[in-house]
Amino acid sequence: MGQPLTAEYLVPEAPKAEGRYARSWAILRRSPLAWAGAVGLALVVAFCFLGPALYRVDPMKVDILGSLNPPTATHILGTDEVGRDVLSRLMLGGQVSLEVGFAAAAAAIAIGVAYGLVSGYGGRTVDTVMMRIIDVLRSVPGLFLLLFVDSVFKPSAGLLIILIAFVAWHPVARLVRAEVLSLRERTYVEASEAAGAAKARVALEHLLPNTMGTIIVTATFGVADAVLLVAGLSFLGLGLPPPQPNWGAMLSDSMAYLPRNAWWLVYPPGIALVITVVAVNFMGDALREAFDLRLRQDRTGA
Amino acid sequence: MLRLVLRRVVEAIPTLILITMLSFLLIRLVPGGPVTAMLGDLATPQLIAQLTHSLGLDKPIMVQYVIWLGQLIHGNFGYSYTVHASVLQLIGQNLPRTLLLVITAIIISHVFAIAIGIYQATHRGSWVDHALTGLVYFLYSMPTFWLGIILVSIFAYKMGILPSGGITNPNDLHPSLAALLAHLVLPVATLVLVTMAGWSRYVRTSMSEALVQDYVRTAEAKGVSRQGVLVRHAFKNALLPLITLVGLSLPFLFSGSIIIEQVFNYPGMGLLFWDAAGARDYPILQGIVLIIGVLTVLGNLLADIMYGWADPRIRYD
Repeated sequence: MGQPLTAEYLVPEAPKAEGRYARSWAILRRSPLAWAGAVGLALVVAFCFLGPALYRVDPMKVDILGSLNPPTATHILGTDEVGRDVLSRLMLGGQVSLEVGFAAAAAAIAIGVAYGLVSGYGGRTVDTVMMRIIDVLRSVPGLFLLLFVDSVFKPSAGLLIILIAFVAWHPVARLVRAEVLSLRERTYVEASEAAGAAKARVALEHLLPNTMGTIIVTATFGVADAVLLVAGLSFLGLGLPPPQPNWGAMLSDSMAYLPRNAWWLVYPPGIALVITVVAVNFMGDALREAFDLRLRQDRTGA
Repeated sequence: MLRLVLRRVVEAIPTLILITMLSFLLIRLVPGGPVTAMLGDLATPQLIAQLTHSLGLDKPIMVQYVIWLGQLIHGNFGYSYTVHASVLQLIGQNLPRTLLLVITAIIISHVFAIAIGIYQATHRGSWVDHALTGLVYFLYSMPTFWLGIILVSIFAYKMGILPSGGITNPNDLHPSLAALLAHLVLPVATLVLVTMAGWSRYVRTSMSEALVQDYVRTAEAKGVSRQGVLVRHAFKNALLPLITLVGLSLPFLFSGSIIIEQVFNYPGMGLLFWDAAGARDYPILQGIVLIIGVLTVLGNLLADIMYGWADPRIRYD
């Protein structure tokens, strides 16, 4: 009974982020799903970014006489409609697809997290207004908005990143907000508020670190969605301007040669896309299990 | 029940109003505004000023919005810049075809998703369960357009048993139902395969959870047959939320239809939108964003109400 009841003693400690997630990391390290995903993604990244160093064929070199050739020893995955090497284009196209996908997902997460924090912790009126705006965005399918905006502006990688972030941020915001709404009732948040901490400080020091699990998991699924969306937009002819290849545009171009059974144009970009997306989804599922979360993502659709 | 309906309807109204504002403002996003877009290469400062005035675009933006809204209520969605038809006419032609595609796909997809999900939930850990999980995972990660391309290359070009696209045979004098159905098979199959994946995953999880609940055990103890337990107890509770999930998937389905209509050259809203985007035909774009947004809100509203009707617990919260 010698313990004096100081204020410090009464204020419960917020769970430390490292402590809280130590268990998650331990689970993750033993998860075969996480390893499969990480290895798969590493292979795709290595293929796209290191591959060109080993396979030195010019992806832009046009050879009309050697067009639409099935795979041979010189062109391992054949040639496209103007005789360019498919394998080297697959590598180069992957670079763009991955870069834009990752950047867009990162941007969407940043916007979504900030929005979700403010909405969840900004008070009732702010929350109502901010959630209404999200309701509207949720009602209009992302691809329609993307096509609209894209018809107005000139396509570029930067624009594509902004556009995808613009349609992909709101599921993140909703999840973060929901998490914040439940967190702010916790004793350590109330204690911190009672001790006179500024709202911004509570949000950044207590709420943000404790939503990290949600953020990491959504970010991971967000990458898969963004990669699909980039491909989908490029397929619709609204991605990146040629001649720079990307997986979606390669598939779009392949459609004209379906009657000639040009399977080497159809399968490689698709398989590359699926491997990327499956690997990222594996990691997302493993993370979700590790953080013990039940999240469902709205799919943006591609 | 009536209270739930009223509350949901009242909640949907602000969203609907905001959707009209969004589609109203979209067209003002165009650099130079709608007039420049309309005149295109013909734009001279004088013409721009003239048209701006005659279209009432020099009025305050709120006034313009109210006028525009009044026209909408009278069914005036504007007139296409490129095709000689009103926006409403064009949407009226194309929307039913997209709905045919999407609704057929939703129904078929559900039949498969529920069957697969229940089979998996009742045979957890079997090799079929694992195989189906793998297949579903693969489909879930599959880009819609790639799946479409593969189906076309196999069934239309390689085997030649189904048409590769369109909605009728170009040589047919009279469109026949058989031809329409044949043209629907591949686009519907594509949409079914990509949506089935997510839904069957949902069914598997929620059925597995329902099967270990107390009320299921009680029913089994009472001597209810295996099938009775599945259908009347577990199934009902596990699958009701699927209704709302369908509502929430509507934007995804519409987005998917843009891509599918593009792959299969299927003349629906998606293709209309895509063509209009290419031609910068803003009234069509604006009209479609509005209609799709309103349909999605109404779809969600319907799903919410159906859910409340099917599950009394939802009515009182």
